[in-house]
Amino acid sequence: MAEKFKETAKIVSQEKIGTGIFSMWLQTEQIAGTARPGQFISVYSRDKSRMLPRPISICETDRDKGRLRIVYRVAGKGTEEFSGYQAGEMLDILGPLGNGFPLERMAEGKKAFLIGGGIGIPPMVQLSKELKGEKQMVLGYRDELFLTEDLKANGSLFIATEDGSTGTRGNVLDCIREHQLTADVIYACGPTPMLRALKAYAEENGIECWISLEEKMACGIGACLACVCKSKEVDAHSKVHNKRICKEGPVFLSTEVEL
Amino acid sequence: MRSGSYPQALQANFQTDFATGEREAANMIDMKVKIAGVELKNPVMTASGTFGSGMEFSEFVDLNRLGAVVTKGVANVPWPGNPTPRIAETCGGMMNAIGLQNPGIQVLCERDLPFLQQYDTKVVVNVCGKSTEDYCEVVERLAREPVDLLEINISCPNVKEGGIAFGQNPKAVEAITAEIKKRAKQPVIMKLSPNVTDITETARAAEAGGADALSLINTLTGMKIDVNRRTFALANKTGGVSGPAIKPIAVRMVYETARAVKLPVIGMGGISCAEDALEFILAGATAVSVGTANFRNPSVTMEIIDGIEKYMEQYQVKNIAELIGAVR
Repeated sequence: MAEKFKETAKIVSQEKIGTGIFSMWLQTEQIAGTARPGQFISVYSRDKSRMLPRPISICETDRDKGRLRIVYRVAGKGTEEFSGYQAGEMLDILGPLGNGFPLERMAEGKKAFLIGGGIGIPPMVQLSKELKGEKQMVLGYRDELFLTEDLKANGSLFIATEDGSTGTRGNVLDCIREHQLTADVIYACGPTPMLRALKAYAEENGIECWISLEEKMACGIGACLACVCKSKEVDAHSKVHNKRICKEGPVFLSTEVEL
Repeated sequence: MRSGSYPQALQANFQTDFATGEREAANMIDMKVKIAGVELKNPVMTASGTFGSGMEFSEFVDLNRLGAVVTKGVANVPWPGNPTPRIAETCGGMMNAIGLQNPGIQVLCERDLPFLQQYDTKVVVNVCGKSTEDYCEVVERLAREPVDLLEINISCPNVKEGGIAFGQNPKAVEAITAEIKKRAKQPVIMKLSPNVTDITETARAAEAGGADALSLINTLTGMKIDVNRRTFALANKTGGVSGPAIKPIAVRMVYETARAVKLPVIGMGGISCAEDALEFILAGATAVSVGTANFRNPSVTMEIIDGIEKYMEQYQVKNIAELIGAVR
């Protein structure tokens, strides 16, 4: 397991990129240099009445400059606090955490789906930069688009919106069917119903599928056992059918877990 | 530390002390405490369930510096725990209903205890069970293991059959303590529930049953409702509240208990800085456990140890025993 760092990072920039969606670049000492696509960081509130860090996926890293980007949705008081920070302010973070997407499952000549649903889209940015082979990005939004500009440079883009305002009306699977897309490997992050549908789709079609899960977390490092998911087999660490999302995950092979 | 609020004599001492050299003073400070004959290098321990068996936190914490590591509750067989969500944040704290997920005593003995043996710290194993027999099986299995103390969890609010069922009734506390004491090779700490009318009743019952020490408080049962989803924040509906929000309750209970029994008391409940730890010690705790604060700052235990030492330098306290129960 790679080393983790607790840092006080300087905010390089913060920008609102959608309704309640913010993009923040952070200057880090170590984290950006070692983070892999699909890993996350714990972000600590300055308000001491908020005891628990917020786990936020890493959207993108700039290793040369030592910077990392998070794109997050304001979902409660903690993220609301983060959204008010300005460039130049400091933020306590811990990372990189979790395992990340396995890049080695792809190679030149193979085709991948990079599937993001809503606020599950951000980790696809760094993944699309590092992954080899043909990258087909299938993105599901409610209505408003974000990060499409960042993603389209690294592959082909297919969009689904719930209201049909852009691309396919419906979800990411409707989009895949509409465009008759195929892939050898699936990488996905998004809401559980989407991941559940993708797990079933991948199993029906015999496609290897890597999904990034989410759960309420406390420690973020595998000690507290808050963020477990159900595993198909008895897990080596827990000795029961539970895996820690923060430690063994957040990315799992779809056949390893029950959703 | 706000020196203005302390007696003048102490402030004068504080200045001379620093003039003669900080390091010299630190060397004279004795932070060692004894729990049932087991000597800890300082009074700072980790609260069961917040620290695993130390493995994950060893990336942030020098385990050698801790007074003791208290492992997550372990039963005779693996327990799967509760459904998720298992935690929720509350103002100044959190709620959990992990449900004592644990890999069972065999794994603890084969994996976790050898890991902890590499470190120069005391090992306290927290034991849970659904019946007296379960507890006794674990305690007997630990007899030949490198374990310094046993902490018996009779107060988990999140498991129906076990835990708290024993912890709220003084007669049951006395009976299970006596059964465990018959079999235990290591000294026994009984971990008490705050979800009672008078904690001194269960404390006295544990003492009568032969306990060697007490630890308190476990979490307070609470509930949080997600108004947007119109459902409970935790799948278990209720959970144990911990963190700074419960600290005054814990300090009060430690104070009451320390006066009601002759046993050493390990205080916990919302400790997140040295000043918090000192409150418990001054109220009568021989040692303290740090729990929820580890989630906010994984190296908080190191800061607390340093902070207690600094406080002792500042007030020229040579031996921490001078502070234990000093506020009457």
